[in-house]
Amino acid sequence: MDFRLNEEQQMLQDTVARLVRGEYSFEKRLAFSETEAGFSVDFWKQLSELGLTAVPFSEELGGFGGGGIEVQSVMTELGRGLCLEPYLQSVVFGGGLISQAGNDSQKDVWLSGIASGELQAAVALQEPQSFYDLNDVQTRAEKKDGGFVLNGRKAVVIGGHCADLIVVSARTSGGTRDASGISLFVLKPDTAGIERRVYPTIDGSKGCDITLNNVHVGADALLGEDGKASDVIEYQAGRAIAALCAEAVGVMEVANELTLDYLKQRKQFGVPIGKFQVLQHRMVDMMSELEQARSMAILAASVADEEQSDERRRALSAAKNVIGRSGQFISEQGIQSHGGIGMTWEYNFAHYAKRLIMINHQLGDDDFHLERYAFLLQAS
Amino acid sequence: MNINYTPEELAFRDDVRAFLDQALPADIAAKVKGFRHLTKEDHQRWQQILCKQGWYATHWPEEYGGVKWTPVQKHIWDEESCLYGVPRSVPFGVNMVAPVIIKFGNEEQKQTYLPRILSGEDWWCQGYSEPGAGSDLASLKARAVREGEHYIVNGQKTWTTLGQYANMIFCLVRTNTEVKAQEGISFLLIDMNTPGITVRPIITLDGEHEVNEVFFQDVKVPVENRVGEEDKGWTYAKFLLTYERTGLAGIGLSKAALSHLKHLASRCIKNGRPLIENTSFSQRIARVEIDLTAATISNLRIIAAVEGGGMPGAESSMLKVKGTEIRQAINDLARRAIGPYAIPFAEEELNLDYEGEFLSDENAAPLSAQYFNNRKLSIFGGSNEIQKNIVSKMILGL
Repeated sequence: MDFRLNEEQQMLQDTVARLVRGEYSFEKRLAFSETEAGFSVDFWKQLSELGLTAVPFSEELGGFGGGGIEVQSVMTELGRGLCLEPYLQSVVFGGGLISQAGNDSQKDVWLSGIASGELQAAVALQEPQSFYDLNDVQTRAEKKDGGFVLNGRKAVVIGGHCADLIVVSARTSGGTRDASGISLFVLKPDTAGIERRVYPTIDGSKGCDITLNNVHVGADALLGEDGKASDVIEYQAGRAIAALCAEAVGVMEVANELTLDYLKQRKQFGVPIGKFQVLQHRMVDMMSELEQARSMAILAASVADEEQSDERRRALSAAKNVIGRSGQFISEQGIQSHGGIGMTWEYNFAHYAKRLIMINHQLGDDDFHLERYAFLLQAS
Repeated sequence: MNINYTPEELAFRDDVRAFLDQALPADIAAKVKGFRHLTKEDHQRWQQILCKQGWYATHWPEEYGGVKWTPVQKHIWDEESCLYGVPRSVPFGVNMVAPVIIKFGNEEQKQTYLPRILSGEDWWCQGYSEPGAGSDLASLKARAVREGEHYIVNGQKTWTTLGQYANMIFCLVRTNTEVKAQEGISFLLIDMNTPGITVRPIITLDGEHEVNEVFFQDVKVPVENRVGEEDKGWTYAKFLLTYERTGLAGIGLSKAALSHLKHLASRCIKNGRPLIENTSFSQRIARVEIDLTAATISNLRIIAAVEGGGMPGAESSMLKVKGTEIRQAINDLARRAIGPYAIPFAEEELNLDYEGEFLSDENAAPLSAQYFNNRKLSIFGGSNEIQKNIVSKMILGL
């Protein structure tokens, strides 16, 4: 047993940390958030030049075959900087779906682009009625003229407003919430019939809802086997959950550092407020929550690239449940410990707090994963 | 023991309902119920209607245009208002500075300021907190130095709610630095148009402009604008804070928010069924509703004690803590109810005239922002930590 990163993993994490420290000040982040892309195209380029967008991919694609721990190392540091770039959406999730389900020629074209950072992928699996259940798919794909015609609506596609490729789930057979009958398609956003309603997100990023109105695609847009995408989606969502947990740990680390600093600096009643026991205990609780979260992020990273099993499913749901709860605790108690200043746009703490709450709304909140965990418990 | 309203109180409630049915503008109620922001004009329009009815100044003696309601009647009004979507009165004039002027001001101040509060001519804001004086309010530094018939005021106030609309500010300022912190404070009424005053917006985490910083540079304030005696301002400030604290529990607002939440949960879909049918979510709602029931009765117990001639004491601090926790819990559930749609910030949907298609539920757009905005509830009006200090000192003797 050894919880330390090996030398390569440590170097990887240090590289990202250095880059984030140098390029991602709070003020710069606010400016990146205001741009049309909603992130720094420059920073994305730097990530790719250092080979970081290729981390989870094979050596033929310019990567180094990194697994859960390598992705965790990157994501934690991106979390510390509240980075807005679509690493999770494009590299981890979109790239993951294509590498698991794609055929050789699809991988050739798309994966090499994603790994080099030249192509940005987004993932459109949720729908207005789906809540967090990725099998709840009403979008239909009908076979026509050797290809498919897609109709439906996909919800809250982070990064979808500027992606080059959008991986969409659609039903080729089966009822609304059946696991079987779901297929994946890779769409180019300029295809006729695709409409995007773009919006900023609460945590400073951008996303869109996508309406598919008689969107014709060729057979080569189908990713993987017709009607058999559910397992692929579940597996890759698991990898994305592990990555999100790692990001959350980075966000929580900084949130706690900021709060601790404030407790030491801010004086009321003639002493630093950190001298008050009620705030000391709260800070201790925040730290304990972070350590619980860190442990679960490690567990999630360790199982992320293992073969699918109920044990993997349980570990990932447990991790997302803990991250959701500890993230909300640190967010709320951190604001409370700061008082009014924690409520302002100009001071960075609130932005960390907002990201933590929004991470809970990505890929299932703590309630959703508690139910899923309990279901797996009953089934075993 | 009887926890029900008397027939007279029930009749009063009918009067309130009849008035609100007829007088409350639908557009304003829709904004309040949908958690949209009110404009200055909305507030003023409603104030005129209330004044005409004679129901605006519920804390004032009748001779100044107040209405003589019992504590229970005030409570009934508060509760019905919240359910109907009545805008909360901006409290700084009518409920905060006015009681201070009535109790401690001279006749000229009463004749000058009270009618202008009733007519809406003056919009007041509060100059209490400073960057270095939050929970420790008595450590405030804004300085007022007497020069002939004026005070020269220098310093900074912060968290000034709706200060951007105000033409008057009541301020705690230091007039004596030689004595204990609490003993050198005076209470000044300052015209915001006096040269040397600058208002700068503070944007909150939800992107809203609700609070401000107010800077004072060599601001000349006539001595007659001081309420009561020099250096006795802390007494008046504390008197005002007891008014601020009553009602901070927001029981009525929680009831309105809870009814909104239930409505939302009956429309949001999970696993193809309304979310309210989901066991764990409905249990979360049930728990907060039960807590709210308890807080409602606690609130009534305090009101009944006041009606019997008692003073609301540290009990209202306890209630402030519980009440704000409950409201924050309801906001948390409302955000959870919309699932992935908590993430978009669809600002255009906040406008009630919005005619486009809604991303999800028509009431979803403000929910995440509101959750974040209402983190303030446990911070302002004396943070919940300070309220607990009051309880432990005043009730427990610790």
